[in-house]
Amino acid sequence: MGVPAEFEMTGQARARGRQMPQTAERLRHSALVRVTHWLIALSFLALLVTGVEILMSHPRFYWGETGNVNMHPLFTLHIPSSRDTVPTGYGYVLPDQNGWSRYLHFEAAWVAVLTGFVYFAFGLFNGHFRRNLFPGRADLSPRALATSLGTHMRFKRPAEEEAWSYNTLQRLTYLLVIFVFFPLIIWTGLAMSPVFEGAFPWAVIALGGRQSARTLHFFVSGLLVLFLFVHVFMVWFAGFGRRMRAMITGRPGAANNRRS
Amino acid sequence: MSTISRRKLITAGLATTAGVAGLGVAAKLARRYGLIPPDSGVLYGAGETLTYAAHRTVTRHSMAREFSPSEISKDPFANEVAPLGPEFQRLQQGSFANWRLTVDGMAARPASFSLAELRSFPRRSQITFIACEEGWSYIAEWSGVPLAHILDRVGALPPVRYVVYRSFQPDWWESIDMVDALHPQTVLALGMNGGELPVGFGGPLRMRVPRQLGYKSVKYITRLTLTDSLKGFGKGLGSASPEAGYAWYAGI
Repeated sequence: MGVPAEFEMTGQARARGRQMPQTAERLRHSALVRVTHWLIALSFLALLVTGVEILMSHPRFYWGETGNVNMHPLFTLHIPSSRDTVPTGYGYVLPDQNGWSRYLHFEAAWVAVLTGFVYFAFGLFNGHFRRNLFPGRADLSPRALATSLGTHMRFKRPAEEEAWSYNTLQRLTYLLVIFVFFPLIIWTGLAMSPVFEGAFPWAVIALGGRQSARTLHFFVSGLLVLFLFVHVFMVWFAGFGRRMRAMITGRPGAANNRRS
Repeated sequence: MSTISRRKLITAGLATTAGVAGLGVAAKLARRYGLIPPDSGVLYGAGETLTYAAHRTVTRHSMAREFSPSEISKDPFANEVAPLGPEFQRLQQGSFANWRLTVDGMAARPASFSLAELRSFPRRSQITFIACEEGWSYIAEWSGVPLAHILDRVGALPPVRYVVYRSFQPDWWESIDMVDALHPQTVLALGMNGGELPVGFGGPLRMRVPRQLGYKSVKYITRLTLTDSLKGFGKGLGSASPEAGYAWYAGI
């Protein structure tokens, strides 16, 4: 072959060379971010579906410590119910799916919370929050914020390099979800547990009481659903294929792939 | 795909074995300390096991929240029950003089108590909420005999781990572990809001388990059975609730 012996590669090394891309691509998202992202996405979907089902057994919301059909609600949802003791105005009752819904709701809650702890610890101690989520000081100036908001409002498609780092609006939104919405949904959810309320009554009183916690839980879940819609739309708008690949394999793939 | 070294394989193998063995030991300990619910094997039972184990570890003896008299609901709600039937009506017409609470199972002195006898036992009054799994709730004052007193009276034997309680309505039966059974706020209620417990709210006798949701507070209690295992009752899942698809443990 004309190549000096010391430069001949072993079969293994040659094979590895074939599999490595020409340009060494760094990972867009670490394995931990990817795994926790999908675990939480799945649990959230399960929590949402079962949550809606649970809500249908009593589509009335109250404020304060107590509430039932004999009391004035804060508001009602004009949907049919799975219980005939609730006056919905519909002439029928939906089948009761609360049993498995509640089982799955609390099981998915465990998956979400345990995964969340892992992600939170990683984010804090590995610098993921500091590097990738907290905006820089310059990005928080009124002009920078206005620019970020402006590009979003004008539906400007982002340039390729922007796919390698979250923009300011993205960072603030994710921080809001991680540090405000999720802790609130967990707090208001736990507040509905008789054991939790007994052990930590102030955590329930601070929310305005048991029924206030339930109402807040509903509103925060609505905010999370809104986030879900905006998030999925944004991912699609900015380049679905590359971003999905990046969040699954860690590598967005070739830049000139027309399909993304 | 990069090649996996022999060292990595051996390390992974050892770690997995240690992990599985560790889980096995943990499961044995968990069972011994009453951290596994009887319906742990159902479809989403893993989640319920985590919840029950966490509650029995972190908040084992915590008290249910008690309220002031001004917080008692003016408009409590009595949930629908299946028609009680002519036999119940006969008992009701006799002012429930013939109502009996039978206590059997692993007891040194099994007994049958009338309401008059129960009314002579020590009483506990407490203002707690009742929360239905549907989402609604109300606060009331409940007055009743602590279950712990009954268990002491009949001489519950050391191996007892659960109390199974049955309603006048044959399909409604429940059970609680000894932690809840001996809890000071677990009472057999005879009175509500200063008067006799109305039939709509479970009168003449209702189990009140304020640290769990309303479906554990079974109405029209006729019988208590003390047992060391729930396997011999119904389908062995702990109560009628898992058989209807609901969790046995309703602390959440």
